[in-house]
Amino acid sequence: MHTSLALLLELGVILVVLSALGTAARRFGLPPIPLYLVAGLALGEGGVAPVPAAGGFVEAGASIGVVLLLLTLGLEFSTAEFTHSLRRHVPSAAVDLVLGAGPGAGAGWLLGFDAVGIVALAGATWVSSSGIIARLLGDLRRLGNRETPAVLAVLVMEDFAMAVYLPVLAVLVAGGTWWQATLGVLVAVAAVAVAFVLAHRFGHHVNRWLAHPDAEQLMLRVLGTTLVVAALAEYVNVSAAVGAFLVGLTLTGEAAERARQVLGPLRDLFAAAFFLSIGLAVSLADLLPSLPTALALAVVGAAGKVATGWYAARRDGAARRGRLRAGTALIARGEFSIVIVGLVGVVQPELGPLVTAYVLVLATTGPLITRWAGSPTAGPPRRGFRRTPM
Amino acid sequence: MDVNEVLLPGVGLRYEFTNADGDRIGVIARRDGDFELVAYPPEDPDEGRPLFRLTRQEADTVAEILGAPRIAERFADLSREVPGLVSGRVDVPAGSPHVDHPLGAMRARTRTGASVVAVVRGEDVVASPMPTEVIRAGDVLVVIGTVEGIEGVRRIVEG
Repeated sequence: MHTSLALLLELGVILVVLSALGTAARRFGLPPIPLYLVAGLALGEGGVAPVPAAGGFVEAGASIGVVLLLLTLGLEFSTAEFTHSLRRHVPSAAVDLVLGAGPGAGAGWLLGFDAVGIVALAGATWVSSSGIIARLLGDLRRLGNRETPAVLAVLVMEDFAMAVYLPVLAVLVAGGTWWQATLGVLVAVAAVAVAFVLAHRFGHHVNRWLAHPDAEQLMLRVLGTTLVVAALAEYVNVSAAVGAFLVGLTLTGEAAERARQVLGPLRDLFAAAFFLSIGLAVSLADLLPSLPTALALAVVGAAGKVATGWYAARRDGAARRGRLRAGTALIARGEFSIVIVGLVGVVQPELGPLVTAYVLVLATTGPLITRWAGSPTAGPPRRGFRRTPM
Repeated sequence: MDVNEVLLPGVGLRYEFTNADGDRIGVIARRDGDFELVAYPPEDPDEGRPLFRLTRQEADTVAEILGAPRIAERFADLSREVPGLVSGRVDVPAGSPHVDHPLGAMRARTRTGASVVAVVRGEDVVASPMPTEVIRAGDVLVVIGTVEGIEGVRRIVEG
């Protein structure tokens, strides 16, 4: 029973430390993702406190964490919201793609990465963190602002673009001849298209079966289905993450709302394991040399997002201050960039430290910059509206 | 009164309107059931000044307080038989997109001006239903408004 004792103790200490870090981060208005990464770094090779026993759990938890992260991201947005955003903001998405993915692709090319590395780095520098940003907008009380729908529209389109991008990347990573890759991409795109149609036409049947009134049944059904679909997706090289994401998109309405509530705590635990595992896989000795490149990419990436947000908010008729708020809000990168590293890590080892450093920089400075950008008059007298129980 | 509806992907909906005093007001309906009210100062209409937040139960109570006198008023009008004001019955077919959704989600009054004053469900009658009342297939809605308004509600219900 010695191993299980060590596992329980190490895991318990890790969770308590993460909680303490998270509380400190909230005080400064920072998201927890960078802290989880830092904790992973500290626990990993050459770190301050190696954790041999908990390592196994973190590794296993990480793969479930990716699935749950993508499932809840899929639950966050509906296809209706996507089509609505498409109608208004296709040019904004195009600007976002060029200014976000362009620098990453260029840097990958300059660093001498192969095609997989270039595509992966382009994706990692491109996608903003909808998790961090949606939460930030709520916390900063910006949901009423004119620029907010534009920011959210850019996020929803990025997330849907990931449903096509991730399978393509997964196929490239799996390697094979050009026709295998093409076939894989076609399978992936077809799977995505079929899932969309199914969600649109038969979504309510799926919903009725999954949305059991009992919370425990709901959790077991949604989680079980998602893991099976994720495994099948992995089997055809479309990546488990994409399978989970598609399940999330298929669930709509009240079923999605309840699934979000039930799966939230599980997601938090396993996603923490996932971010830890990425930190664990990167050693400090690799991270430090990649810092200058990551910083340069971060500056370019942040500027690109400011321009994207500026453009998108202007399309919605926001004035200069609103455009600046929209642009700075989009800076934060997070979960998707890390998911990409998780997918590519093995075939492109240089990518891990670089993207980890990139996310560390932008996930911490992004929220700080956007808070600052909204500050001059954003400080309405915060009279405390106390919540009295009804 | 014009109510502008703005979709907030992943968050919910925002309703914006200007009241008689010229104040621009926004109501953010979050998907989890919470509400947030903001006011737009005339010098910067882009940035909403947060007023207050309401939980689902608090919002229900406020809606009840705001809605009650109007319903009473409409019933009074009805008894006096105002010209142009008629009542009608709207059946909810099994295939209606509003089946199993709350009555308020239909936004019948905002969109048509007509009010649903009762829901007849088999032997039961729900008089002055709350916006949270969930509509079932086979229900009959009792609607009061203009002829066009009632027709509008029928079109909404039938999808």
